[in-house]
Amino acid sequence: MTFWTYRRRDNLVGYLFVAPALLGSLAFVLIPLGLVAWYSLNEWNVLGGTFEFIGGENYKQLLADEKLRESLVATAWFAAGLVVLNLSLALLLAVLLNQKLRGTTLFRTLFFSPVLVSLVAWTLVWQLMLQPDGSVNGLLSVLGVDGPNWLRGESTAMVSVIVVQVIKNVGLNMVLFLAALQGVPAPLYEAAKIDGAGAWRRFRSITIPLISPTILLTSIITIVGSLQVFAQIAVLTQGGPGTSTTVLIYYLYQQAFQFHHFGYGATISVLLFVIVAALTLVQWRMRRKWVLHEA
Amino acid sequence: MRRKVSKRNVALYGLLCVLCVPFVFPTWWMVTSSMKPISEIFSESLLPSEWTFSTYSQVFRMQPFGQQYWNSLYIAVIVTVGTMAVAALAGYAFARIRFPGQNALFVVVLTGLLIPSEVTIVPLFQLFQSLGLTNTHWPLIIVPIFGAPCVLAIFIMRQFFIALPPELEEAARMDGLGRAGIFYRIALPLSRPALGAVAIFTFLHSWNLYLEPIVYLSTPDMFTLPQALTQFVDIYGGPMFNVQLAAATMTAVPILVVFVLAQRQFIEGLAHTGVKG
Repeated sequence: MTFWTYRRRDNLVGYLFVAPALLGSLAFVLIPLGLVAWYSLNEWNVLGGTFEFIGGENYKQLLADEKLRESLVATAWFAAGLVVLNLSLALLLAVLLNQKLRGTTLFRTLFFSPVLVSLVAWTLVWQLMLQPDGSVNGLLSVLGVDGPNWLRGESTAMVSVIVVQVIKNVGLNMVLFLAALQGVPAPLYEAAKIDGAGAWRRFRSITIPLISPTILLTSIITIVGSLQVFAQIAVLTQGGPGTSTTVLIYYLYQQAFQFHHFGYGATISVLLFVIVAALTLVQWRMRRKWVLHEA
Repeated sequence: MRRKVSKRNVALYGLLCVLCVPFVFPTWWMVTSSMKPISEIFSESLLPSEWTFSTYSQVFRMQPFGQQYWNSLYIAVIVTVGTMAVAALAGYAFARIRFPGQNALFVVVLTGLLIPSEVTIVPLFQLFQSLGLTNTHWPLIIVPIFGAPCVLAIFIMRQFFIALPPELEEAARMDGLGRAGIFYRIALPLSRPALGAVAIFTFLHSWNLYLEPIVYLSTPDMFTLPQALTQFVDIYGGPMFNVQLAAATMTAVPILVVFVLAQRQFIEGLAHTGVKG
């Protein structure tokens, strides 16, 4: 028997194949995450050149930070608004495009196209269109509505950021839903029809349960994505007016790279990580409860 | 022949057309307004009263825009190819090869999905600064190849390879092909749809990167497109909207054209992967 049995060689190939991914995530994901945890225990001002161990002081500051609380509220509103609007619009569009109708491919292309427009380009265009004398208000005035100064009002700024983001990316979820809808066996609908189920009933009792794995997938992607929205905020509102659109990630950027508080910035990063991890875990657990079957 | 344009279909078309407006109008407005004189940006006209193309040459005079275009393009291509390679290898090994510690290692890699790259930007900035690599493109290339987008890619590839029928590989093994040969000759060519989806995700992610460039890069000749778009200002610091829009048009339109040409493969590739993932 030689030392290099097929089994052993196979093991070696396995390790070699995963090595780049593994070393990469150690170097650029896991070790940096550990460093973030360490930095969060230190006072670190880049401009002042200070780096000193202060234990839990940053976390005390975190708990007392009024702006952070406002930022968490903004983040929650943003995430909730985005997920609800994105998923319901994506599902509506997918259902419409799943009808037997000529030209649905064209509409699918049109709804999907903003996904491909460069993010900052898209945001710049909306920034101009949302000005008080911009196209959005121009359109509204045709309908007889006197539009507000979208980006300067606290609630309208939040609505604007959410809507701009939803229109940009809803096409992705729409495509995923469309594929899921096309996977629902047609005989199920016919059987339900014979049993006298109306359109809404068929949608609720057949479509929704059967596409629930996709609903789970898209909601995880969308929620986690909503916590990473940076460019839109930076271009549209710079977190304003006041702190009304200062989502957590923008607050992190301000603290670390505008005010140069790296230690406190790292503390906010830890918080962001905990939130993302908790949300993902909760959603993963929930799949047993309301997802009919695994994809 | 039956011709049937039912009321229901008319209503559907009407609804689709109305819903289309916010998706299509911004792009239309971006392209047409980039050819308007700046005084007309805030008018409601759908077309410029006089067409001006000088904004397009101004883009190149105000910024090293050709260089910036090249920066974005070559970074996105390298990141895409690199991610495809790393993800295909790891995805294949996690799906098809049995080796000790496999599950533990897979969990380690998957944690990357839970960590948005923004969380680790402070230590990574520190790392690249100590290596003297700030204001270079290295951080924008290396980090994405191994960070969260790559983990998603590994996951997609693994799901794909798991679904591949084992008989194909067994036949190849009987013919004396080693593991690497099976991967390269059999599995990889079959995985083209999944690789395509990975390529699209990765390219767009890199192309849209904004936080990382503004953190790492400081001179205009190193900037990437998203960052460059915000830099078109007149001598008083006021933004030059029409020039901005011309630059934005040049950033967006090539990708849109490629998409329209290849849209079938594009959307179906994505949808396919979504169902499997």
